[in-house]
Amino acid sequence: MLSLISSPLAATGFIDAAVMDPTPLQILWFMIIGVLLLGYFVLDGFDLGTGALYPFIAKTDTEKAMVRRSVGPLWDGNEVWLLSGGGALFAAFAPAYATSFSGFYLAIMLVLFGLIARAAAIEFRSLERSLGGFFDAAFFLGSAVPALLFGVAVGNVVQGIPLDVNGDYAGLPLVGLLRPFPLACGLVGLSTMLLQGASWQSLKQPLESEVRARAVRLRRVLLILTLVLFALASVLYFLLVSPVVDFGTFGGILAIIAAALFVVGVIAAFVAQGNGMPATNPVTAKSQDVMSFVAANILPVSLIILTAATLFPYLIPSTGPGPSISVASAGGSELALTVMTIIACIGVPLVLIYHVMVYRTFRGRVTEDEALEY
Amino acid sequence: MVEFFTDVAALSRLQFAITVIFHFLFVPLSIGLGLFTALAETRYYRTRKPEDKAASRFWVKIFTTTFIIGVATGITMEFSFGSNWANYSRFVGDIFGAPLAAEALLAFFLESLFLGVVLFGRKRLKPGLYLASTWVVWFGSALSALWILIANSWMQTPAGYEVVESATGGAKAQLVDFWAAALNPSTVPRYLHTVDSLVILGAFSVMAIGAYYLLRRRSAQQVAFGKRFLTTGLIVGIVTVILMLPFAHMQAAQVATTQPAKLAAMEGQWNDGPGNMTLFGWVDEANGTTTAVEFPSPGFVGILANGNADATYPGLITMKDGPVDLSNYTGPVDSVYPGGIPSVNLTFQAYHLMVVMYCLLVLWIIFAIILVRSEKHRKGKVLNYLMVFGPIVPFLAIQSGWIVAEVGRQPWVVYGLLRTDDAISMSVSAPEILITILLFIVFYAFLFVVWLRVILKMIKAGPQLEEGEAATADSSDDLKGGE
Repeated sequence: MLSLISSPLAATGFIDAAVMDPTPLQILWFMIIGVLLLGYFVLDGFDLGTGALYPFIAKTDTEKAMVRRSVGPLWDGNEVWLLSGGGALFAAFAPAYATSFSGFYLAIMLVLFGLIARAAAIEFRSLERSLGGFFDAAFFLGSAVPALLFGVAVGNVVQGIPLDVNGDYAGLPLVGLLRPFPLACGLVGLSTMLLQGASWQSLKQPLESEVRARAVRLRRVLLILTLVLFALASVLYFLLVSPVVDFGTFGGILAIIAAALFVVGVIAAFVAQGNGMPATNPVTAKSQDVMSFVAANILPVSLIILTAATLFPYLIPSTGPGPSISVASAGGSELALTVMTIIACIGVPLVLIYHVMVYRTFRGRVTEDEALEY
Repeated sequence: MVEFFTDVAALSRLQFAITVIFHFLFVPLSIGLGLFTALAETRYYRTRKPEDKAASRFWVKIFTTTFIIGVATGITMEFSFGSNWANYSRFVGDIFGAPLAAEALLAFFLESLFLGVVLFGRKRLKPGLYLASTWVVWFGSALSALWILIANSWMQTPAGYEVVESATGGAKAQLVDFWAAALNPSTVPRYLHTVDSLVILGAFSVMAIGAYYLLRRRSAQQVAFGKRFLTTGLIVGIVTVILMLPFAHMQAAQVATTQPAKLAAMEGQWNDGPGNMTLFGWVDEANGTTTAVEFPSPGFVGILANGNADATYPGLITMKDGPVDLSNYTGPVDSVYPGGIPSVNLTFQAYHLMVVMYCLLVLWIIFAIILVRSEKHRKGKVLNYLMVFGPIVPFLAIQSGWIVAEVGRQPWVVYGLLRTDDAISMSVSAPEILITILLFIVFYAFLFVVWLRVILKMIKAGPQLEEGEAATADSSDDLKGGE
């Protein structure tokens, strides 16, 4: 019989929290937060990736306007997934939210300044043309830096961080977080988002455009790069974090399935991309671009499942001297979680309906007229 | 001074003050203007006239540009609870989290997703759906404000909780009654008071832009827009400024009955006794005295709060240290005050500034009525100038009002339960916060300058008719996004 509540990380000697079983509601909220972060990775992934690719795929001012237009109506809604994930973590597991946001203070602030910079850039780039170059750089950096740091943060949590007895981070600010495995995770995350961005641009840019041709060529390169980085992160995981995967746990098995899913995603994306050259027949191009985008999104899905499976039942494993923060030790009260579950039952279906409406409104490839209109 | 730069709590408060004040320049403006954007689009939907379309497009641009800055600076606020106030987050998570999650799921997605539709979707949607989108964005932002104010109000007047020991050590507030917590004593008055003030700001901004066009008189069309904006703003302004009286009264009565130290600081009352209302003055905090001109009717605070001039209130000297038994006083309703007083002069001055600003709002409304009634707007040049600078008045009222609310409840971040000094992040050092304070100042100053330039450019160009493509393209060049 599989043990549900012991972690595949058990072999690694983390300091255990008081031994408690998580309640079903706490487990549900662990999964809901996973879903919210998944929504963020999938949706904001393509627009962060777009920003990080922006200087490389858009050369002329018109091309730049069209690339910005492809995310213009959508990025704000996408970012709300991050705020919801953060809000839900605060609500359901306040100690984990407090420890991670204060422990990763400078990194969190870098993400924050990045997000502010890109919001300003997307908004003001076309309204304040005298600062065009400056806002182009802000859009690029404000996208690339958060795209990299999200993975670094996740890697640090998976590897475990030093916590004191109050549950506060006890390591060095910022530099203490720049360890090999988390950095590799950061690169996997960045590369995945670049792939999502290139796939989105292939889907949204006009058929015959130079931007689409560049994006199509790039998505092949990025796919291979992502696979290589994932392999590197896996090797580092076994070398530096945990030498074994405990198949006696549910999490261990799920982690293996998720890793396999990642590889399946890479193969599916490879197949969907055809010969790797931009198709010119509209029908072929559309099916290729849609399928490539869908396949590329198997990667973030598998990465989130992999992370959740590896972490559970911990939220932030501690390497000492204080105890780890776990789903059970950090979980909110049953009443608070019940209220939140009711709110989620009302809210999540509505949110999905809004998404269908808005994405349908802006379906199809971007046109030049549209991009230059605003 | 050196002590300040090494004091994590003081620096965290400074950073929070800077970032929240900046955030709250844009949020009120966007919630206020959101209503007028939806109204303008409603008018266009009814008339289908090109000039109404131009007006709607104009407000959409001003509104969305402002809204996005509010969104971007709002992320800072959500992050800051965890990053700078970790102990606070651990304490309030069980209660504060639910409204915050509800805000994201029920309101923030709504406004953010449909903002994109309002900004870019006009040509892609049927007119009815587009109109609905403008209202949805406004509704979403007003709903957002509700959840945030529920959380804030709970910190002012906690209810529906018990304090328990958390599994990770330390005390935390745990939810026992959701409705009691959500509809705590200050939620409803605070929401009405705040949202009304935001709409007042919107009305004054719309009037200001209208008055500007009446001053410039570039074309007959522009004058027509000027008159229309002035009139629309005035109608909404009259309604909301009048509504402010009962809403402000509710809020003041709530403070008088549930937050005695804040009330005493607002009026500079050091000694126990009836609540006298002061008109203006200065507080000497070192010596515990207030020099002020008082309202001629003694005990007026008591009259307003519970209809009794003889109602007694505890003074600041009594409340300074330790818990105070409030059952000896006829004013407040709580049984015990937990002790501690805020910066009295700051609270006092901010409160009186807010009241003075309200009087100016009334004066400005009268100016606007005179302007609208005298058809020859050219003659009202001085009044027009005053209207152009009008939005400063509600801005100052809103900011000083929030200073009263937030400074006035110190030293408590959660009234009676958690002191601000105990709410900080233990793992964040003073130099780290100093770095981020500097970065915030640079980032925000830059954002403000660019936003102002862009908005002023939009206002100068004004609403543009779509007919006569050549002329439109020429004069709206600055506005166009393209390269």
